[in-house]
Amino acid sequence: MNRRSVYMDNNATTQMAPEVWQAMVAAKDLYGNASSMHGFGRVAAHAVSKAREQVATLLDCAPEAIYFTSGATESNNMVFNIARTLIDEGSRRNRIVTTKIEHPATIETVKYLKGLGYKIDELSVDATGLVDLGEVKAAMGDDVLLVSVMTGNNETGTIQPVREISELAHGCGALMHTDATQAIGKIPVDFKGWHIDYLSLSAHKFYGPKGIGVLACAKGAPLFPLLHGGHQEGGYRPGTYNNQAIVGLGVAAELARRNLGDEQQRLWQMREALRKGLVAAIPDVVVNGNNEHCLPGTLNMSFPRAEGESILLYLDLEGIAVSTGSACATGSLKPSYVLLAGGLDVELAHGSIRFSLGRYNTMDDVTYVVEKLPPIIERIRMMSTRQQ
Amino acid sequence: MSDSFMNDWVYTDIVKDHFMNPRNIWKREEHFEPDGVGEVGSLACGDQMRIGIQVKDDKIVKLRWLTYGCASAIASTSMMSEMATGMSLGEAYRITPDMVTKALGGLPEHKFHCSVLGDKALRAAIDDYLAKQGRENTLKTSVARVMCECKNVTDQAIETLVASGKVRTLKELQDLTGYGTGCGKCKQKIADYFYEMMHVHGKEVAEE
Repeated sequence: MNRRSVYMDNNATTQMAPEVWQAMVAAKDLYGNASSMHGFGRVAAHAVSKAREQVATLLDCAPEAIYFTSGATESNNMVFNIARTLIDEGSRRNRIVTTKIEHPATIETVKYLKGLGYKIDELSVDATGLVDLGEVKAAMGDDVLLVSVMTGNNETGTIQPVREISELAHGCGALMHTDATQAIGKIPVDFKGWHIDYLSLSAHKFYGPKGIGVLACAKGAPLFPLLHGGHQEGGYRPGTYNNQAIVGLGVAAELARRNLGDEQQRLWQMREALRKGLVAAIPDVVVNGNNEHCLPGTLNMSFPRAEGESILLYLDLEGIAVSTGSACATGSLKPSYVLLAGGLDVELAHGSIRFSLGRYNTMDDVTYVVEKLPPIIERIRMMSTRQQ
Repeated sequence: MSDSFMNDWVYTDIVKDHFMNPRNIWKREEHFEPDGVGEVGSLACGDQMRIGIQVKDDKIVKLRWLTYGCASAIASTSMMSEMATGMSLGEAYRITPDMVTKALGGLPEHKFHCSVLGDKALRAAIDDYLAKQGRENTLKTSVARVMCECKNVTDQAIETLVASGKVRTLKELQDLTGYGTGCGKCKQKIADYFYEMMHVHGKEVAEE
């Protein structure tokens, strides 16, 4: 049988690097509670602090800035909870500025807080998914407490000018948060140089295990716990240390740092080969996002007259895994809010496919997709009510 | 990856079969000449369907379809096209999404709305055929279901109001028909049906 398996959904999650799971298997003996004083606890604590350093080195920040969480969803919630607490305590700054294209972990938190009456501005983006710096500037003021803008978008791959936004935020005395979940390991993320106050990340997006992440918090930035119940992480993130996952995250961070330059280049080469291959082989293709400021492995395309879920499932039958911004895939009626925020036509949003390449993809995978997709699109279009 | 993970597909084997090998597609090269055509849905909602029928002695002898939609929409139209071919117009008019879904071996709950377009498009094609023949359409009223017994509001009355754009919100529907103002038992059922029809006819629900 000539069937391959091609995983091109690395923005959803990645497979663990062999180095990561080998380190985690080796960490099976670290069952001691890292908070215990005895030898079992001390070896675990040592492994946790080594991982903390590995993450800190990747971000170029102090190990003390790293707080282990269950992942970026929790980290983002922590940040918004900090803002909320400050406002509740009577801060004269009581406005939060964010964007319409954040990850659901932010979008849904914002919706919840808005429902409670908190003031939150959601900035729009241009057709390529880019936040307009002029609009950020206009939204600043001495009532702004927090600015939260993601580094790279999970759907379009568009990279935001985080350094510039951070400058504007600090210019008016606000705190700066970036959800760097999609950017870590793909592009350089400069926590210190960009003057970030809070940064969220998840290990499973860069070949680490699921269920572990980080909130990096700059020195002096306010911090309040989201969870209560223990002294771990300075009392800001209680709960017994997940030694094995933390070890895995540390190794993943180390690999991300070592591979970054090469990986960035390799992912972009494959992404561009895929883009060019598909554009050449399929008529009427629309490339979504920003080709200049794009995460190297992400390619988001729309296929007019074809619906995304059918494309995804025909590809699945060929062993190819991608994702879609179509409503049908989630069972809702509204397609991707990220694509719509950029002003994309609803039909094109329904017909969008995201290919996200990762460390373990090869040029052969790209060739396979370029070979398999064109007849699928042709077939779907042939049975479409929309004819050319 | 092993093939075992393909055995546990998102939909049933029958859906998969109809999705991979859809029956009775309206291919351009076939030069199919329909006696009646029906089209429902909209691209904005993510699915749209067109059905053409050839009729002989009040029987559907040939049916062809096109759809812009997901796997469930493709499979349910394909299944329905096989069910309807050979049926009398009256029988075909009574095909419901439930019958199609059952024949497919079931659809996940959240995908049910993807199967509601086929029968509507088929009915629209039969309506079109009868209108073109200049015949009275008794089928339309024969399948009407009373949804609000207190105010005698039928599903067809609701569908007609939605399709014509006369009502754009639930409140407008209530103002016009008085549904739910008696015992009120029908409210949820009619709300669900209203939103389904808005979807079927590609209408956006207006702000209340």
